[in-house]
Amino acid sequence: MATMVSRSLAARLDAINEFDRAPVSSDRLQGSGNFIGIYAGEHVAGTEFVIGPLFVAHGVTAGDLLGGLLVGNLLAVLSWAFVCAPIAVRTRLNLYWKLRRIAGPYLLVVYNLVNALMFCFLAGAMISVAATAVGIPFNISMPGLSDLYPTSAGWVVTVLVIGCAVTLLAILGFEKIARFSKVAAPWLLLVFVACALTVLPQLGVTSVSDLREVADTKIWTGAPMEGRIRFTFWHVTFFAWFANMAMHIGMADMTLLRYARRWQYGFASAFGMYLGHFIAWIASGILVALALQEGSEVAPGPIAYMGAGAAGLLAVVLAGWTTANPTIYRAGLAIQTITPNWSRWKVTLAVGLVTSVAALFPALMMRLLDFVALYGLLLMPMGAVIFADFWLCPRLGLHQDFAERTGRLFSWPAGLTWLLTLGLCLGLNRWMDVEIFFLGLPGWFIATLLYLGFAVLQQRRAAAG
Amino acid sequence: MTMRRAILQGLSFSGLLMTVVPSALVFAGVLDWGTHVTFMLMGAALYFATAPAWINKEATGRA
Repeated sequence: MATMVSRSLAARLDAINEFDRAPVSSDRLQGSGNFIGIYAGEHVAGTEFVIGPLFVAHGVTAGDLLGGLLVGNLLAVLSWAFVCAPIAVRTRLNLYWKLRRIAGPYLLVVYNLVNALMFCFLAGAMISVAATAVGIPFNISMPGLSDLYPTSAGWVVTVLVIGCAVTLLAILGFEKIARFSKVAAPWLLLVFVACALTVLPQLGVTSVSDLREVADTKIWTGAPMEGRIRFTFWHVTFFAWFANMAMHIGMADMTLLRYARRWQYGFASAFGMYLGHFIAWIASGILVALALQEGSEVAPGPIAYMGAGAAGLLAVVLAGWTTANPTIYRAGLAIQTITPNWSRWKVTLAVGLVTSVAALFPALMMRLLDFVALYGLLLMPMGAVIFADFWLCPRLGLHQDFAERTGRLFSWPAGLTWLLTLGLCLGLNRWMDVEIFFLGLPGWFIATLLYLGFAVLQQRRAAAG
Repeated sequence: MTMRRAILQGLSFSGLLMTVVPSALVFAGVLDWGTHVTFMLMGAALYFATAPAWINKEATGRA
């Protein structure tokens, strides 16, 4: 009976991905321009309105910010190019099918559930961002950088209305909106630049030569806000590197890069990193510095309005909405693996409701740095498992894709690697005071070594009969 | 490139210029904030009215 249920679950999981299980054929490969557009579009999003201000709140200095962003973004690009892209173009499989071969369908269900939950929270943060702009014409008081709970009835109503609208649009389909987000990206980037340029004179910058002094004394002053740890060069470096950890060393972008003609297309991620995660983060930091100086509201909507008026509000709404929409859709897709009798719209509705409730809490938005770090950390071990299985197992005389090869529904080496890696990272955090932003690096090596050790045990035992 | 596509692209780029150039003029002290935000809104309208017709017309293949 248990085996029948297991097989049924595996079949359901497969049915959702039925058109995506084969390697990409050579006639569907795409040029580098397409990847530049996708990366630039995906990384100029609603989150950028929050992350820049949070760096300011964490009291980073201007030198540490610039140096950290340059180095961290470079490391992120190298991770895409040298870790994710080579496996993507050699296998031509998406993350789902590669992981299924290694870990078995059962473990993949768990992975999908964790992924869906993270997607819900991420989309919730985006809805919160959009709400800070929609609430302005209605004079609704916005949450501050320290607010964790809903601040007013007006905030609750605004978030729920936006949550319903985003969910409804996700039910109607996300592809057109995903394409629209790529159209919006160049305009959004220029709005960030325009906002920053506009407010610089109010901070005391009247010529380029004033920039360094104002940056040091009024924007990135090195003094954290109450309740925030002070960020150093290393915090910024590791945050920029691991902000998309699930995508590069976590291997989620195999789904995208399997369409690349060459692995070098992984370098296209530089357009996302240095436009979105450099220019936009710096610009939004400048905006919040003026808001703090004038004692006005620091939420994304008010600071964008300060720089660009109604166009700024439009930018916040579009940036939040176009990111939340496909995220809700993808979360629904992941959840659907365990709710086979529910139609797609019902799943998306349920996911949208969870997301909307999560969005009520400004904590999600105001603690976005911690959440983004946690999100990447939770999913990263499975990326390390893929890396170890693909590159290192053959060198140790081990079989790749052992779960598929032997018909296993659950790979205990992969499952145990995931659990133990997260447990050890928690231990590093609790007992050795390693902050969450730094855990990805030791975590990746821990996961790689654990998986190899467990794979040796499993395959030797299997060979011994 | 067709004439229609070239015209649409020209209008879209004009919209982008209207988005960013006024802010540089505010920085230089030759334009006030009110005029700048009006230009930005007009630039947004021009860009979004024309860009979807020529950007990203082919599917990206992203799952």
